[in-house]
Amino acid sequence: MNLTVIIMFIVFVGLTLVITYFASKRTQSTKDFYTAGGGLTGWQNGLAISGDYLSAASFLGIAGAIALWGFDGFFYSVGYLTAYLVVLYVVAEPLRNLGKYTVADMIAARFELKKVRAFAALSSITIVIFYMLAQLVGAGALIQLLFDIPYSVAVIIVGIMMTIYVLFGGMTATSWVQMVKAILLMVGTVIISVLVLLQFNFNIFTMFGEMKNITAPELKGPFLNPGSQGGSPLNNVSLIIALLFGTAGLPHILMRFFTVKDAKTARSSVMWATWIIGIFYILTIFLGFGAAAMLTREEIIAANPAGNMAAPLLAEKLGGDLLMSFVSAVAFATILAVVAGLVLSGASAFAHDIYGQVIKKGNITDKQQMLAAKIAAFSVSVLSIILAIFAQNQNVAFLVSLAFCVAASANLPVIIYTIFWKRFNTQGAITGIITGLAVSLILVIMSPNVMDPSGNAFIAMEPLFPLTNPAIISVPVGFLGAFLGTFLGKAESHEKYREVKVKSVTGIDTSETTH
Amino acid sequence: MAKIDYALIASQPEFEELLKKRNRFILPISIFFIIATLLFPILTGYTNLLSNEAFGNISWAWIYAFFLFIMVWTLVTIYMKKAKEFDREADEIIRKYREGNYK
Repeated sequence: MNLTVIIMFIVFVGLTLVITYFASKRTQSTKDFYTAGGGLTGWQNGLAISGDYLSAASFLGIAGAIALWGFDGFFYSVGYLTAYLVVLYVVAEPLRNLGKYTVADMIAARFELKKVRAFAALSSITIVIFYMLAQLVGAGALIQLLFDIPYSVAVIIVGIMMTIYVLFGGMTATSWVQMVKAILLMVGTVIISVLVLLQFNFNIFTMFGEMKNITAPELKGPFLNPGSQGGSPLNNVSLIIALLFGTAGLPHILMRFFTVKDAKTARSSVMWATWIIGIFYILTIFLGFGAAAMLTREEIIAANPAGNMAAPLLAEKLGGDLLMSFVSAVAFATILAVVAGLVLSGASAFAHDIYGQVIKKGNITDKQQMLAAKIAAFSVSVLSIILAIFAQNQNVAFLVSLAFCVAASANLPVIIYTIFWKRFNTQGAITGIITGLAVSLILVIMSPNVMDPSGNAFIAMEPLFPLTNPAIISVPVGFLGAFLGTFLGKAESHEKYREVKVKSVTGIDTSETTH
Repeated sequence: MAKIDYALIASQPEFEELLKKRNRFILPISIFFIIATLLFPILTGYTNLLSNEAFGNISWAWIYAFFLFIMVWTLVTIYMKKAKEFDREADEIIRKYREGNYK
């Protein structure tokens, strides 16, 4: 580890601690803790959404995948981005108008039964745990690679930082860390992209021309065409379904919409986020192609077989030690911003939904709520650090796409029916969440991620289900489960639905729900 | 704050009209972008339609991907515009309700 890296690292950590210090002074109530007081502007929240969403896997992983596999490495970015249309057109505004701190709040706005809230919280917690575990295990490996420190130390450093941000600075600190990270990430990728384009005299056709000639024995097709990775087409369709419909059900992303004052600001934050996230994904093409042109394939694979080191190595080639250190610091910032958002959404599901609303039935003072939130945040952090240390040698990267799948199968159908379907009832909501969650989990346990005859996964046997991501089955089943549940359950009065409709369309209640 | 009479607002023709307008706007566009997105893995995975080069060395698969990016930004812009219109109508309904025009 050289001096430049250490300095950048300390500068970043110092900056975020200063942010946390000021945030802690502004975090007086539970509302401050969960929503940063609900006063972020559209561009601030848009930046924070981008910071919350773009993980190290997007930054280093996609750049590396493009460097190694060309078109196939870029492929999924499309699903990650178009997903925001579902967020904007279907979920963002009703969510802001109906909810308070969590997704479960929104569903509970129509179905007050504690059981509904408990199940909604359960699916949120499942998603957060999967996402978190994948992020932390990936973070440990990445930091080990970038800074040359042992895995468990890396996980503990990340764990301590995220705990400090959330525990002391709540959503305010988390939001600002995410904004700073989004800016650093964009600055880093823009600099590298410009330097790469300079190599090609800013001619994209020259760049594509050079990429066309790339060959390697492991490529199963032309570098610039679909199919170079030889993945199953059905699997790709299934994964795109998970991404497209899952983003609008991810608790840590949806939670961000409670940090703005009204539906209008919620929508403008999605607009900012789609520009930032979209431009970022376009730039990863330049990062990937740059790495493919300026580094040898062997170099990239030797540093990390998945290509995670392609971007840092490219940075070193283009801008020496300084740029590489900057990119490493950006990767570190990226990891922290994502895990902090996850801790907060996990804590809100435990402390607000399960403890505050289900166990205490809402009879709880603000001080007690705040304490519960902090205890939950601390517990979620400690638990995930321990799990991540034990999972070091497990391949858990698939848990990210599984988290999207659960979000798409268990959360989204219920969210959509809650807003749009008059007849939808308590039984339907509960059945929808349970079937979406159960089918996703069962199919994943039978999938090649878990069952692999070569012994590289948890169970050494032929997988019973061929796809690595079950969304193509589990999303329709989630919708169907909620639908059938509705018809099996008792019909309910439409009074609640009218209320939900009026609130979600007019936002008449926003001032009331947030105070 | 006084309790809001949701049933009263929900039964106003203006509100029903706004609701219908919103759904008529959201539904077709949502179906469009869902199909456009899902066609991408289907066309690239099951056909060779997008493998030919479109411009220089850039194949149709890339063009389709870029189209989807442009689609996202365009539909976001359209939504922002349309939503402003809905906002005005919603504000009008709230104003009338608060002024006690609905009986």
